[in-house]
Amino acid sequence: MSYRNDPYDPKQVALLDPAALAEAVADAEQAFAAAADPDALTALRPAHLGDRSPVSLARREIGALPPAAKSDAGKRVNEARRAVEAAYTARQEVLEREQAARVLVEERVDVTLPYDRRPRGARHPLAVLMEQISDLFVGMGYEVAEGPEVELEWSNFDALNIGADHPARGLMDTFHIAAPPGADGSGLVLRTHTSTVQVRTMLSRRPPIHVIVPGRVYRTDEVDATHSPVFHQAEGLVVDKGITMAHLRGTLDHFARAMFGEGAKTRWRPHYFPFTEPSAEFDVWFPEHRDGPQWVEWGGCGMVNPRVLRACGIDPEVYSGFAFGMGIERTLMVRHGVSDIRDLFEGDVRFTRALGTGA
Amino acid sequence: MRVSVSWLREYVDLPDLPTGDLEQALVDLGIEVESIVDLRETVTGPLVVGEVLEIEELTGFKKPIRFCRVDVGDANGTGEPQEIVCGARNFAPGDRVVVILPGGVLPGNFAIGARKTYGRNSNGMICSAKELGLGDDHSGIIVLPPYLPARPGDDARPLVGLDDVVLELEITPDRGYALSLRGLARELAHALGVGFQDPAQRPVPGATAEPAWPVEVRDPVGCDRFAARLVRGVDPTAATPEWMRQRLTVAGIRSISLPVDITNYVMLCLGQPMHAFDADRISGPLVVRRAEAGEKLTTLDGVARTLSDEDLVICDDTGPISLAAVMGGETSEVVAGTTNVLFEAAHWDPATVGRTARRHKLFSEAAKRWERGVDPALPLVALDFAVGLLHANGGGTAGAEILDIDHVRPRTPVALPADLPSRRVGVNYPADRVVALLEQVGCTVVRGADRLAEDPGEVGVPAGDGEVLSVTPPSWRPDLTDPADLVEEVVRLDGYDRVPSVLPAAPAGRGLTWQQQRRRAVARSLAERGYVEVLSHPFVSTELADQLGLPADDPRRPAVRLANPLSEEEPLMRTSLLGPLLGTLKRNIGRGQRDVAIYEIGAVFHPRPGAGAPPAMGVDRRPTDEEFAAADAVVPDQPRHVATVTAGDLEPAGWWGAGRPAGWADAVAAGRDVLAAAGIPADRVTVRAAEHAPWHPGRCAELLVDDEVVGYAGELHPVVLATLELPRRTSAMELNLDALPAAPLVAGPVISTFPPALIDVALVVDSSVPAAEVQRTLVEGAGPLLEDVRLFDVYASAQLGTGRKSLAYKLTFRAPDRTLAGEEAVAARDAAVALAAQRFGATLRGA
Repeated sequence: MSYRNDPYDPKQVALLDPAALAEAVADAEQAFAAAADPDALTALRPAHLGDRSPVSLARREIGALPPAAKSDAGKRVNEARRAVEAAYTARQEVLEREQAARVLVEERVDVTLPYDRRPRGARHPLAVLMEQISDLFVGMGYEVAEGPEVELEWSNFDALNIGADHPARGLMDTFHIAAPPGADGSGLVLRTHTSTVQVRTMLSRRPPIHVIVPGRVYRTDEVDATHSPVFHQAEGLVVDKGITMAHLRGTLDHFARAMFGEGAKTRWRPHYFPFTEPSAEFDVWFPEHRDGPQWVEWGGCGMVNPRVLRACGIDPEVYSGFAFGMGIERTLMVRHGVSDIRDLFEGDVRFTRALGTGA
Repeated sequence: MRVSVSWLREYVDLPDLPTGDLEQALVDLGIEVESIVDLRETVTGPLVVGEVLEIEELTGFKKPIRFCRVDVGDANGTGEPQEIVCGARNFAPGDRVVVILPGGVLPGNFAIGARKTYGRNSNGMICSAKELGLGDDHSGIIVLPPYLPARPGDDARPLVGLDDVVLELEITPDRGYALSLRGLARELAHALGVGFQDPAQRPVPGATAEPAWPVEVRDPVGCDRFAARLVRGVDPTAATPEWMRQRLTVAGIRSISLPVDITNYVMLCLGQPMHAFDADRISGPLVVRRAEAGEKLTTLDGVARTLSDEDLVICDDTGPISLAAVMGGETSEVVAGTTNVLFEAAHWDPATVGRTARRHKLFSEAAKRWERGVDPALPLVALDFAVGLLHANGGGTAGAEILDIDHVRPRTPVALPADLPSRRVGVNYPADRVVALLEQVGCTVVRGADRLAEDPGEVGVPAGDGEVLSVTPPSWRPDLTDPADLVEEVVRLDGYDRVPSVLPAAPAGRGLTWQQQRRRAVARSLAERGYVEVLSHPFVSTELADQLGLPADDPRRPAVRLANPLSEEEPLMRTSLLGPLLGTLKRNIGRGQRDVAIYEIGAVFHPRPGAGAPPAMGVDRRPTDEEFAAADAVVPDQPRHVATVTAGDLEPAGWWGAGRPAGWADAVAAGRDVLAAAGIPADRVTVRAAEHAPWHPGRCAELLVDDEVVGYAGELHPVVLATLELPRRTSAMELNLDALPAAPLVAGPVISTFPPALIDVALVVDSSVPAAEVQRTLVEGAGPLLEDVRLFDVYASAQLGTGRKSLAYKLTFRAPDRTLAGEEAVAARDAAVALAAQRFGATLRGA
C-alpha cells in the first residue's frame, strides 16, 4: 500500500498506520481476554471502544487526509473497529456463559431433601373400590341406587321371599331395632344385605331396570380377623324382557375381569337364596392371588324370584331379571392380600394411606 | 351334616373316586362341602391286629405298667412276638388288640418308634380309640369283640372304622331332604349317573283297624299325619350295635339307649324324625293339640318350659308329654328299664315347628329337619324300619297294630311351559330333556297342553303357544312349588357350567346423580387437603351424649337403639359422626400417631318422633304407594354427613422450619372447602360465631348456606376433650351433606385484561366486630370496581387501645373496559371505608 499523503501530519496520520491499527486491535483483544467477568469486561469498553479509544481517534483523523487516501484509510479503521467490537462481543458471550454456568453451580441444592410439608390425605380403599365398581357398571348403562341402612323388615325379608317363618331369616344374624314404647316390635332392622335396595328400586320405577347398589350392611358377627358386624356389599339388579342366566354370566365375567384382571373367569355352584331362583354362588379365578393363581369364593347370584317381582309390582309373566351381590371387603382383601378385616374399619391412617389411592 | 361314605354306599353305587372328584360332584349339586376327611390316611404305617400272649406286671413305678408279648403274625417281619410296654389294664391274655408298629404315625403326627421305657424295650404301642382319632374314649385300649374275624397281623383299619371317608356337608335351607342319607344318595346318583337304592322303598304293612295306641289328633293342620307302633318285651340291657353307634358318632349324635339311638339312626337314614316313648310311662290315650298358654313341660334336656298357645304338643292324661316335633318330655322318655317302646312317626307343619324352635331356642336335629321340610310319605316306612331294628337288636315283639292318621293332601301339579327353562337360562333344552331331568329328580310329568286347566302353581308363568308340562313334584321335595323351582332343577342337573356368557345390551344410562358426584368431589377435596378417610362402625354408647356435653333437648340425643347390640356398651346408632370419628382419632394417637387429620362421610340416624311400628304388608301383591309411604314414614331419618377431626400438626415441622398446628381455623376451612367442592358459591355461604356442643363456645363457627345452618366447625370444648382423653386443641367440623341445596349453574365471569389498581387499607374496629362482617361491608361499599379483597393482617396493640383491633386489607380494583384511573380506585376505596365507618365506627389506621 502506498502513502502518498505522507507530507501532511506524520504524527496524526500515524494513527491510521496499519501497524498502529493492528496494534490497537491486538491490545484490545489482549485486554478483553484478561477480563475475568462481564463487569471487568464492561469496564474495558471505554478504553478500547470509547470516544478516546485508538480506533475512535483514528477515525477522526480520516477527515484530514486527502480525498484520495480517505477511502482506503476509512476501510482500515472500520475493519479495526469491527475487529475490536467482535472481540468484545465474543468475550462478553464467553464471560456471560461462564457466569451463568457458575450461578447454576452455586445455586445447586440437595434435591433429595424430604419435603412432606403438606402430607397427602387419602380416600378409604373401600370407598374407592365401591366407586370403581359403580363406574364400571355406570359404563354399562347402570345407575347407582341407594337406600337406608336402618330398613323395614318387610324390605329386608318379606318382600325378598323370606317370610317370618323362613329358616333363612334365622340364619341372617340380624340386628333388630328396639321396639318403640308400647309396641311388640319395631318392624325395623339394620339391613343384612343391599338387596333391600332391589325392593325399593322396583317399587319406585318400571323396567327396564339396571342398577348397581354399593352400600353398608350389618350382621351380628363378633369381630375377628375375617368378621365384622359392619361391612359393605355391591349388588346388581337387571329387570327387563328376555333377561336370562346367560346375561347374568356375561355380566359377572365382565365384572370379574375388571376386578381381577383379564385372566379372570367365573365358576358357578348351585346354591339357595330365597330371592333368586335359580340361584348360584360364584367363584372367581384370580391369576395374581398372593398365594398363587386360584379360585376364590366371591358372591351369590341368580334369577330374581318371580315372587319378589310380584311383591314389587312387576309382572313376572312379562319380565325376568337377574341379581348378584358380593362383599366389597372380601374383594379388596383378596385383591390386595389383606389378611385382617379389622384394618378396614379401625381407621389406622397408615393402612389407609398405603391403599387409598386411585381416587 | 356329617356322613360316612361307607354308609352312603349302601344306597348309591359310588364308583371309587378320588375325594376331590366326590367333592366336585357335591358342589355341582349345590351341596357345600365343609370338609372331607379320609380316615384311611389319618394313621400311616403298620396298624395291625395283635393277640396278647403274655402280660408281665411291672411294679415300682408311679402307676402299674404292663410289659406284654403280643403276636402280630408276620407283620413285624420276624413272626416273633412283639414286646410292648402298655399303661392300660383293660385287657387279658388272649384278647385281640390294635397295635401300631415302629414306623407308624398316629394322628397329630405322633411317630412310633422302638424305645426304652420303664426299663424295657417297647417296640410299638397298643392303641386306644382316642389315640387313633376315633373319639374321646381314652379309658383303655381297644379290645376287638370276639365275633370279628381277625387274625394277628391283619390290617386293623377296617375293624375299627379307619377305612372310611367322612363328609361334612352344609345343606341349604330349601333342601330338607338332603339332611338324610336317602336324599344325599339320590343326589349323588343323579350327579354321577349311577344306581340308587331308595332305603324308603320297602314293602310296609299299612294301618290296621285296631290302633297301636289310642290317639286323637285335634289339629290336623299342624299335624297332618300321625303314625305309631308298639314293641313289647324289649331287652332293656340290649346295647346299640357298634356299627350303628359309629355312624351316629360320625354324625355328631351321642349314643343314649338302643330305642333312642334307633330313632336317630332312622332320622339320619331317611330324614324322618321320630320319637320313642316308654309305653308304660304314658297314661291313657294320646292327644295331639296346641298347648294352652302357660302350660308347663320339662323337655329331655331337663329344661322346664312354659308353653305358648301356638306350640304343638302330644299329651296323655297327665297333660303335655312331648313338645311335638322338637323335643320329647322327661316323664315319658325311654329309661334304663324300659321294655315296652311306642315309636311315633308323624308329619308336622314346618312353620309351626320353626316358630316353636325359635321361641324355645331349641334347634334340635328334628326341628332343623321339620323346618326345612320332611317327606310326608315316610311315617309308616320309618316305623317299620325302626321296629325292625329294635327287634333285631333288642328282641321283643312288634305289635300287629299300626296306627296311621293321615290328612296329608296330595301335591298339586305345577304347570311348566316346556320352553320356560330355555327362556330363563339362555340354553336350549328340548322338551324331552326337560322331562327327563324332572323325572330324574322324581317328578311325575304329564306332557301336552291339554293339562293347562291345572293350577298353574303359586306364581304363574304364561304358557305362550308352546307345550305345557304338568309336573307333580315328588313327596320328598316340598321346596318345588313354582315353575322357577323347576327351572332351577333343570339347569342344576344339566350343569351350571353349560350356561353361556352373554353381555346384555346396554341401556342408555344417566350416569351418577348430582348427589353422588358431589359426595365424590367432597371426599376427594378433603383427601387432597391432607385428610385421611375412615369408615368407622356407627355404634355408640348411651354415655356419649353426656360426654359430648349435649343439652337435654338436643336433637342428637334421641337415638335409634338396637334390640340386640353386639356390645351392651354400644347399643345406639350414631346421631353424629363425631363420636365414632373421635374414637378413631384416639386409636390412631394410641398407636403412636401425633399428627392426625381424618374425615368420614356416612349416615347418621335420627328416629322419627312418635313413630310406632310400620303397618303390616303382604307379599302377594305390590303394596300401594300409600301403604309403602306409611311404612317408610317409620324408617329413621338417615342423612349423610361429612366430618373432620384434627389433632397435632396439620403441617409437620421439618428442615424448612416449624410445624403448623391444626386448629379451629383449619376446621372452618375444611367446612368451607366442603361447600366449595359441593359447588355452593362462596357468596351464598355464611360463617358466624356460634355456641354449639361439643365445640368450644368461643371457638365455634356455624356454617350457613342461604341462611340455613348446615354444620359447625371449630375447636372442641376442653371439658369434652378431657373427658374423652383427647389432646388439647383437637378440632372438628361436621356438616349435613343432605341439607345442601343443589349447586346452581354458575354464570361465567367476564375476565378483564386491563391492569388492576392495588390499594391497602387498615381499619381499626372494636375487637368484637367479626372480620367477615367488615369484609362484606367493604365489598358492598366499594362497588363493582372491586375485584378482590384479601385480609392480610390482624393485630391488636396498646397503641390501638384495649378492645380495638386492626384489620388490614388488600383491595384489588379493576374495570372491565378500561385502565382504571387512580382517582377512580381511590374513590371506590373511600366509599368502602366510609360504609365500614358508618356501620362499625371503623377508622383508617394512620388517618
